[in-house]
Amino acid sequence: MSAKLKIHVDPDKCQGHARCKALAPELFDLDEYGNAHEVGDGSVPDGLEDKAYLAKANCPEIAIDVTEQ
Amino acid sequence: MSDTSTIPQHPPVTDWVHDFDHTDPRWTENPFPIWDELRAASPVVHTDRFLGCYLPTTYEAVREIAHDTEHFSSRRVIVRDERPEVTRNAAPPITSDPPEHKPAKQLLLPPFTPDAMKKLEPRVRAICNELIDEFIANGQCDAAARYTKYIPVRTIAHMLGIPEQDSDLFIRWIHMILELSIRNEGILVQGVQEMTEYFVGHVEARKQHPTDDLISTMMNARDKNGQPLDDAHVLGSLRLLLIAGIDTTWSAIGASLWHLAKHPADRARLIAEPDLMPTAIEELLRAYSPVTMAREVMKETKVQGCPVKPGNMVLLSFPAANRDPAFFPDADKVVLDRKENRHAAFGLGIHRCVGSNLARMEMTVAIEEWLKRIPEFRLDPAGEVTWSQGTVRGPRQLPILF
Repeated sequence: MSAKLKIHVDPDKCQGHARCKALAPELFDLDEYGNAHEVGDGSVPDGLEDKAYLAKANCPEIAIDVTEQ
Repeated sequence: MSDTSTIPQHPPVTDWVHDFDHTDPRWTENPFPIWDELRAASPVVHTDRFLGCYLPTTYEAVREIAHDTEHFSSRRVIVRDERPEVTRNAAPPITSDPPEHKPAKQLLLPPFTPDAMKKLEPRVRAICNELIDEFIANGQCDAAARYTKYIPVRTIAHMLGIPEQDSDLFIRWIHMILELSIRNEGILVQGVQEMTEYFVGHVEARKQHPTDDLISTMMNARDKNGQPLDDAHVLGSLRLLLIAGIDTTWSAIGASLWHLAKHPADRARLIAEPDLMPTAIEELLRAYSPVTMAREVMKETKVQGCPVKPGNMVLLSFPAANRDPAFFPDADKVVLDRKENRHAAFGLGIHRCVGSNLARMEMTVAIEEWLKRIPEFRLDPAGEVTWSQGTVRGPRQLPILF
């Protein structure tokens, strides 16, 4: 059993590339300007861990944190 | 087309590291080995051409400059032979610096979100098929002149609410403003003037009869004090939307088709694995990024340890950054399923391309529709592929047999 993950988008770094939303729509949402934020409190449901890391690895602004709880 | 006979030619380059020139025909034809040579020499190189210009050659150097709006201004975004007075509201927000940049950009963002693009997608699919209908019976076509050229121009015309039939006029202005203007300031002034007069007519018409399009969106926009934008701002942003949305995506779609024409295995894989398309599009964007922006050095600083001095321009080569082997393993290979891809094709930092979601949608639809109708194709050995010069690089002649 792997550790629970939590994601966070730094709103000061995000520039709205929207890669996270494309790769992990269950974990990220966009505001009216297209800038990203995590869904809910950022807890990653079981089975979506790979998608969390994939979104992080494709963010050009390095705005996504993935932490083990 | 404009008279090009009066445009001065640059002397050929003999020392790329100390005297580079991004308008040299060898750079236009195949820039990749040149970037490798420059990158091996230094993270930042300099040329005395263009009244002095730096080129960051690594991903980290490009990122550092893109994020540093204190030392690097966007008031000039194209490197040219001359450097005339800067005009206010040239094309906000691309030519804006903080603090003016953010409010100008926020006005443009809502019409370009991924959700907004989904609503536009059926029209783009229809445009692609209308274009293919015109040449599919011939068994051959110049894909740059008959297909990739018209998808972005007709789409942005549709969004702005101006006639799609005026496409050739828009393409003429873009050729004047982005290519011919590098060596002839007069052509720039003429192109901007013609474009502005065109949009003034459409703005005036909407004052009598409001419409539901991007021109009206800009006219109805309010600044943070609740006031309408002045006409110069509206016209500047309309010019930007038309210029930035056309030959950029034309180039990206064209380079992708060029790659697929030469790589049957990649073509077969995309047809067999349609779910791979979004990842593949990102990789094609990385490998064949069309757009090189510019900055102007405002204050002395260092980039990756290299001193840079005011009075110089910077050629901010996102395409070169995307080929940096220190940042991308197998940087010179197209890996359609590349998992980790922080490419900078749409820029980095506050000037991230407003139209990135539009460009991705257009590229995806254009490649999907082409592969559905024309799954087998190759470059015509009797023809010649030519590439655009300078700020935006992509095929302008792409003879294909199918």
